[in-house]
Amino acid sequence: MTQVFRWMLTAGMAVLAVTVITAQAPQQPTELELVISGDPGSPPRYAVPEFVAATPEAAEVAKTLSQVLWDDLNFEREFYMIPRDTAATVPAVRTADQIPFPAWRELGADAVIFGSVQQTGTTVTVQMRLFNVRTRQSVMAKEYSGSAANPRLYAHTMSDDIHQQQRALRGVARTKLAFSSNRNRERVVGGVQDREVKEIYIADYDGANVRRITTNRQLNITPAWSPDARTVAYTSYRRGYPDIFLALIYQGVQEEPTTKGTQNYLPVFSPDGTRIAFVSSRGGSDSEIYVMNRDGSNVRRITNNPGIDVTPTWSPTGAQIAFTSDRAGTPQIYIVGADGLNLRRLTSGESYADRPTWSPAPFNEIAFSARTGRGYDIKVYDLAAGQTRQVTFGEGSNESPAYSPNGRHLAFSSTRTGKVQIFTIGRDGKGLTQVTRDGDNYTPAWSN
Amino acid sequence: MRRVTHLGWLLLVLVATTSACARRVPAPAAAPTPPSSTAPAAPSTPAAPPAQRVEDVLPVAQQPLAEDAIGSRSLDDLNRDSPFRPVFFPLDSSDLDDAGRRVAQANSDILKRFASWVVTIEGHGDERGTTEYNLALSERRAVTVKTYLVSLGIAPDRIRIVSYGEEFPFDPGHNDAAWAANRRAQFLITAK
Repeated sequence: MTQVFRWMLTAGMAVLAVTVITAQAPQQPTELELVISGDPGSPPRYAVPEFVAATPEAAEVAKTLSQVLWDDLNFEREFYMIPRDTAATVPAVRTADQIPFPAWRELGADAVIFGSVQQTGTTVTVQMRLFNVRTRQSVMAKEYSGSAANPRLYAHTMSDDIHQQQRALRGVARTKLAFSSNRNRERVVGGVQDREVKEIYIADYDGANVRRITTNRQLNITPAWSPDARTVAYTSYRRGYPDIFLALIYQGVQEEPTTKGTQNYLPVFSPDGTRIAFVSSRGGSDSEIYVMNRDGSNVRRITNNPGIDVTPTWSPTGAQIAFTSDRAGTPQIYIVGADGLNLRRLTSGESYADRPTWSPAPFNEIAFSARTGRGYDIKVYDLAAGQTRQVTFGEGSNESPAYSPNGRHLAFSSTRTGKVQIFTIGRDGKGLTQVTRDGDNYTPAWSN
Repeated sequence: MRRVTHLGWLLLVLVATTSACARRVPAPAAAPTPPSSTAPAAPSTPAAPPAQRVEDVLPVAQQPLAEDAIGSRSLDDLNRDSPFRPVFFPLDSSDLDDAGRRVAQANSDILKRFASWVVTIEGHGDERGTTEYNLALSERRAVTVKTYLVSLGIAPDRIRIVSYGEEFPFDPGHNDAAWAANRRAQFLITAK
């Protein structure tokens, strides 16, 4: 008897614990099962009917929100997203208590998102509820309000909230991409040759809301985000040679931390944002990897050999740096401690490997550009297994991989559509998405 | 305009007369700055290779005021019809071959002749390298040429280098000829 009682007590505590962990939505304190599952072995099937415009002027925002939310949820491929056309066959309703659950069940939906939008002048209020179609219960209810200037941000926030609550997954819908582009078609001022300007741009992860963050009409290339996603480090030729600049994008300020008068390029922030690794040929050396503090102080040389050392990337803890070196004859990927010790070569089966990019945890891998035939493909080196897998397969030339902050996606540049464009793809090689379409676009960096 | 053209040829002649091997132009060298000026240099008839054109205008070199004329020209004008020829490189390489050494030698002769000139050697790569590695490879191309010029007696402080990677291609094409033309160390006069 005591035995049984003790068992029940333990079981009860376990249930309580689950409740505490999963009941992140305070609106639903009594729900025990907040996670909507699909049929056994299948991902849950989500429907996003068009959001209800509670006021007539909200119609545009309502339409945008439901479309962007569908795309955002589809991006992580955690859910099967019921196509919009199919979902549109279910009659639209004005309020949540009218949701036709049998009709959704008939379409095979496990989850349906009901949203409504109110707009008063420039202010928007969005209400979102996530329903379990089987139980007809609301498992998540959120209200967002603010400016109507960028309605997509509400959808991105909803998507991240849903991924967090339903899959304990950090979504990337609110992240941004930085890249270099010639899209404004300007030419370098002065000089005798007709030379093309490249400026640094940022955009939402899906390519929307493009903003130019440099305006010096010179070459500006190889952007890299600070971990707080407020600063972009990049290489600029505004002084006539490559040098490192920092764009504080929300303050409109440019800083120049490196010693002037010498070539410095390819900056990358350490994971804690306090240091920058970069390439320099200072002191008459050939290209070597250096690390400096963010303000340019405490410059330390990491590599020291008569060969090219270029394209540094930090390990997630900041303890190591991977980079490209031709010290063995061809460009290959190496890893070295951030103190310059414990060098080891990583790639061996490649004829040419460059642009290593270390994944964030929990993955432990390094993506890189590998020469395959005439062009390049994105490959990934799994550090635990010591094995390489390929992510792109010869469609155009594919270069400059950059990991999403959750490690599940890679942005890269590709010539597969003709010009050089930024694409994203899952780390498994699935879910290819084109991000840019205007001009040529290079060297993406993905923000936190 | 006509005068500018003549001066351009004159400068080419200076190159030709100061380098015994100037006529052995590597194929891509038919593309001096800017790309538009490659049209006249490209042989319109098979019987007229670029080197032949240089000889055609030899008499111009006899004009006495040549150096004064050069001295009075702006840097942009000088660079537009640059007396310097680019040094070209093999794929993935920053090594000077024989042709490259000859061009570098000719360029060093010009620097000796115009002792006040300061040049920037721009290192460039072709799109067959990666964007990032090309920055370092093109830097090493520029450094290689600078080192060679210094070994020929040019003061190092007269030569700056800048690496452009695969930016600013001579030829925007996507073929062997374009790539060969883009793998180069290009001279720019920055002070005189």
